[in-house]
Amino acid sequence: MSFLDRTARDWLLLELVSGMALTFKYMFKPRVTLNYPYEKGPLSPRFRGEHALRRYPNGEERCIACKLCEAICPAQAITIEAEPRDDGSRRTTRYDIDMTKCIYCGFCQEACPVDAIVEGPNFEFATETRAELMYDKDKLLANGDRWEVELAARIEADAPYR
Amino acid sequence: MAELWTTTLWPAAWMVIKILAIVLPLLLSVAYLTYAERKVLGAMQLRKGPNVVGPFGLLQPLADGAKLFFKETVIPQNADKFVFLLAPCLTFILALVAWAVIPFADGVVLSNINVGILYLFAISSLGVYGIIMSGWASNSKYALLGSLRSAAQMVSYEVSIGFVLVAILLTTGSLNLSDVVHAQEKHTWFIILHFPLFIIFYVSGLAETNRSPFDLPEGESELVAGYMVEYSAMAFALFFLGEYANMILVSGMITTLFLGGWLAPFGLTFIPGIIWFILKTCAMLFGFLWVRATMPRYRYDQLMRLGWKVFLPFSLFWLVLTAGVLQYTGWMAN
Repeated sequence: MSFLDRTARDWLLLELVSGMALTFKYMFKPRVTLNYPYEKGPLSPRFRGEHALRRYPNGEERCIACKLCEAICPAQAITIEAEPRDDGSRRTTRYDIDMTKCIYCGFCQEACPVDAIVEGPNFEFATETRAELMYDKDKLLANGDRWEVELAARIEADAPYR
Repeated sequence: MAELWTTTLWPAAWMVIKILAIVLPLLLSVAYLTYAERKVLGAMQLRKGPNVVGPFGLLQPLADGAKLFFKETVIPQNADKFVFLLAPCLTFILALVAWAVIPFADGVVLSNINVGILYLFAISSLGVYGIIMSGWASNSKYALLGSLRSAAQMVSYEVSIGFVLVAILLTTGSLNLSDVVHAQEKHTWFIILHFPLFIIFYVSGLAETNRSPFDLPEGESELVAGYMVEYSAMAFALFFLGEYANMILVSGMITTLFLGGWLAPFGLTFIPGIIWFILKTCAMLFGFLWVRATMPRYRYDQLMRLGWKVFLPFSLFWLVLTAGVLQYTGWMAN
């Protein structure tokens, strides 16, 4: 009997028909596509995007040139040179990140004792030349100034889980 | 001079005009068939499909065409240049010439010959040559394997297509495609009389045009792109156009042979026949896209088994049945 049943199903192409019905039904379901440059998906506060060097509210840069980020960076993308500033505080004279080496692991921001180097929410920083991806201190500080509001909000949102 | 004009020049010019009136809309529909395919596949996979170039992405086919047109035609060093370039032209031309005998409406047919079905069968069989030639002339193992697969597949399914055509021929008693439609007007559409044949013809049409689920010749996972792997730019575009024109052709054939061509269903005769023809053809084309969105690819031995062990015996059985019924009841058309 099961043989007859199976043969009948085969000859009536029931499996094909049910498959076709399924795809036809899907044709009228809402699309899941995000219209990317105009629509974007949600980002976690922990999202690790483009780097930035932050400042204190009084405008003083946070980085104290402890070089912990340089030491922990598994891709050795960070290069720091430091010497005492005129007022005697220790500051970087050079803070470079090679964004082509960076693997966006986030170790630098974990290592930073003063929340100076952070990875921000920005992931749209593609460039036309390789040279533009060699970030220096000015670029990183400019990023920090540009994204500060969001960076602070992200750190606050993530604080309870740390 | 006037006589030359009326006897030779004007008929020739008129013929050219008629051919253009078929070919230009056909090329346009080929272009928009690719668009429709991407939209339908997108919709069935919950994507949007092309929507950036022009409103709703409607200019996408033009952009694709322009891209292919301006690319360089790369001819492999070891390729047989003449055959290599002849093959896509042949595929494309064969996909177009078959339209000569398809009746778009009552009396609206380029050439109302009495061997229309035979002509269609012959042209669709010739299609294998373009593929074999491209595979051979490319001098590449992938192209050769792809073309051999494709040729074997097309030849296998042509056999059952042949039997289907013979059954239709028996029922109508004429090889003229307009007569086939008139016979359906007199009795009923052949999709009702010969429903299993309709299924067989449709599936064989899928195999004949190398469409999913029978797209083994271009099976990208194992053969890269099959017989057209060495082609680029316009040569590739001609294959591509030919393949899609063939899809439209098979849909047109199904419409003519099974769906009553230009005949209006449900007595909706106020809509002109050519519109019905186009609508039915579009419905069949949608089926092609729908199947592509649904079915996984067949394995090669399954493909051959289906062609030779299922379709061939069944279409033969149905042919004998048709002949027997016609003979016994005396309905045989003279």
